[in-house]
Amino acid sequence: MLEKALIKESKRMFWYWIIFLVVLAGVGFNSYLHQLNQGLTVTGLSRDISWGLYIGQFTFFVGVAASAVMLVLPYYLHNVKEFGRITVVGEFLAVSAVIMCMLFIIVDMGMPMRVLNMFLYPTLNSPMFWDATVLTGYLLLNIFIGWNVLEAENKGVNPPKWVKTLILISIPWAVSIHTVTAFLYAGLPSRHYWLTALIAPKFLASAFATGPALLILICFMLKKFTGFDAGKKAIQKLALIITYAMCISIFMVAVEFFTAFFSQVPGHMVTLQYLFMGAHGHGQFVAIMWVFVVLAVLALVLLIPRKTRENDRTLIIACIAVFVSMFIEKGLTFVIGGLSENPFGEITPYIPGIHEILISIGIWALGIMIASLFYKMVVSVKRESDFANASFNKQEMRDC
Amino acid sequence: MNINRRKFLKVGGVLALGLSIAPVSGVLAGVKGKYMPNSKALTGKNWAMVIDMKKLDQDIDACITACHKEHNVPDIGNKKEEVKWAWTDKYGHLFHDNKHEYMNEEMEHKDFLALCNHCENPACVRVCPTQATFKSKDGIVMMDYHRCIGCRYCMAGCPYGARSFNFKDPRPFIEETNPAYPTRTKGVVEKCNFCVERLAKGLIPACAEASKNGGILFGDLEDPNSEVRKILDTQFTVQRRPSLGTKPKVFYIL
Amino acid sequence: MMFNSRNIIIGLIIFVGIFTFPFVLSAGKANEAPKLSLDTPVINELGTEECLLDTEYMRSNHMQLLADWKVEVVRNGNRVFVNDEGREFNMSLQNTCLECHSNKEEFCDACHTYAEVDPNCWDCHVAPEVVK
Repeated sequence: MLEKALIKESKRMFWYWIIFLVVLAGVGFNSYLHQLNQGLTVTGLSRDISWGLYIGQFTFFVGVAASAVMLVLPYYLHNVKEFGRITVVGEFLAVSAVIMCMLFIIVDMGMPMRVLNMFLYPTLNSPMFWDATVLTGYLLLNIFIGWNVLEAENKGVNPPKWVKTLILISIPWAVSIHTVTAFLYAGLPSRHYWLTALIAPKFLASAFATGPALLILICFMLKKFTGFDAGKKAIQKLALIITYAMCISIFMVAVEFFTAFFSQVPGHMVTLQYLFMGAHGHGQFVAIMWVFVVLAVLALVLLIPRKTRENDRTLIIACIAVFVSMFIEKGLTFVIGGLSENPFGEITPYIPGIHEILISIGIWALGIMIASLFYKMVVSVKRESDFANASFNKQEMRDC
Repeated sequence: MNINRRKFLKVGGVLALGLSIAPVSGVLAGVKGKYMPNSKALTGKNWAMVIDMKKLDQDIDACITACHKEHNVPDIGNKKEEVKWAWTDKYGHLFHDNKHEYMNEEMEHKDFLALCNHCENPACVRVCPTQATFKSKDGIVMMDYHRCIGCRYCMAGCPYGARSFNFKDPRPFIEETNPAYPTRTKGVVEKCNFCVERLAKGLIPACAEASKNGGILFGDLEDPNSEVRKILDTQFTVQRRPSLGTKPKVFYIL
Repeated sequence: MMFNSRNIIIGLIIFVGIFTFPFVLSAGKANEAPKLSLDTPVINELGTEECLLDTEYMRSNHMQLLADWKVEVVRNGNRVFVNDEGREFNMSLQNTCLECHSNKEEFCDACHTYAEVDPNCWDCHVAPEVVK
């Protein structure tokens, strides 16, 4: 089946695209070698902002990975047939996203050659140990599931029974990866912005908006470039899921304001003040936070009314708005914001280094490349099975 | 003896495997000798420190210098990446949830000595994914630099800003290397170790030794007759950010 | 009973060629194993040249010994090593091992270079200044 990712009916465009991504990944790798050699001094990280772009994006992509469950759960537990065609698209999105997560963790480490220490000295009290464990498990689950389901389709048979068991396990597992990721933050004394039980549900809600939004965009791209059609019904079901998840997600962002500003506890207020309005003479995130607000409102305005939700063009705009706004909120400012007030009550600004940005772009390129190769394979298999079904139907009709 | 090809390959394979691991057997033989603590060591069950700012005042810089020289702490020279085990900061920063608008200006800006609090309930130990940070049996929050993976979770966990990360190779920034103590390498987190290497030789921590007027007292909280306990029994002392439940063991007399 | 014997034989020759060429290239000019120098002021003052354990054991197990020491010292608070004869040593690479073996370049590096191993001890542990 793998040959379908590589040789089967490859258009020249596809290979230009892959070469472009390889070049970007290469540039990122070059920057990473530089970082390995010089240390994390090449990043904008500091004693106070000890986690930044890398860990922020790691957190965001855990959400993207978890969101595959929004296809798998309706299809396998509620028999939502429309998703049958694209569950495997979701599973391979999860695989690519988890690989990106792991890369973001590794590039963030000061001693990456010691990464296995996490498993050599398993530490049950550390959320980071659990995060590494559940992410590895989730990666394996999705590779096995996605591969076997697609292989079965390739051969024109039903997937083996044990795959169904893995699929059922993968549903709560998806919830666990984002919950444990939230627990990385939600249990640290004195980090008030993170110290709330709302983090895990907020992460899940935003993941279930962001991931499906990305899936819709992928489906539209597949349709445009390969002719693979996910089906209007599947897209609309996803759009409805995004609408609810985005409403809940924005609601959870908003209620934090009440707790902070009605209680007037300085520690609770300071990060929100800093991010949205500026505090102690610093306000580097104010502009981007308002971009988040505008995009989030735009997304809701386009998603909630049925007319715009069902129109492909406005739906695409809404999905981009969801993705970008949640990337700002969760991928950029959640982690940095939580560390911005240091233990001495001062605000520390953070500007990522050039190598830090190039490494991040490299990881994006690698993730997109893995996803592209997977989808090339998926589309080839689907096209063949569609063709087989069609000719089978024709044959039947003639026989009648 | 009748040996067919398959059998020959099997036996040959096992023999080859045996040959290839034979040199390792020496390593697996186990280590001779035995280990024990130094008989001269100061022993305590729960080490703690009292910093008397009234007495420390003049010696504060000497304390920091003594500490940083002893432990090869680099002087990086910028706030972004600075490495510090002991340092000074104003009251308004170290006790920032305990200041108020009308506070005596002199007090708010007075420089206090700060270092790792060696908490009884340390958040850094709770979050570390490899037990590179751990609590020793005498109550010191320790770092095992051999094991640290540089994830910096402990820096996010510590509410006292006591942890520094080596963003780059620290060696060029050490003015005079103490040959008796290691340096650190780029990529690991470091912090005050309550001079565990001095305690093992029967010496009190370097900062306590450098505070000539008894501004820094060091002792065992479990021992009711220790100097530290006597001060805590008789004087008004405060900790940094006690409401967080970390139970810091560096106490201050303001 | 051999199919494609020509291809298999050519393949085998290429395989053997590739995997043995480093040995073939250096045949006859083997580097002699380095002789470790014990010529340091501290060792010369000792009556007998005697390490904390016998030479044979130290040669093959010093890395494991040091790995155990670092755990005992850092994590278990045991800082004294007692050898089979009951002599006590302060467990410290920097302060005990290198006090006698102050010629790190000839003693440690010579063999590590020969064996192409690159232990990271010296990233943190401070080697004594080379005595000129």
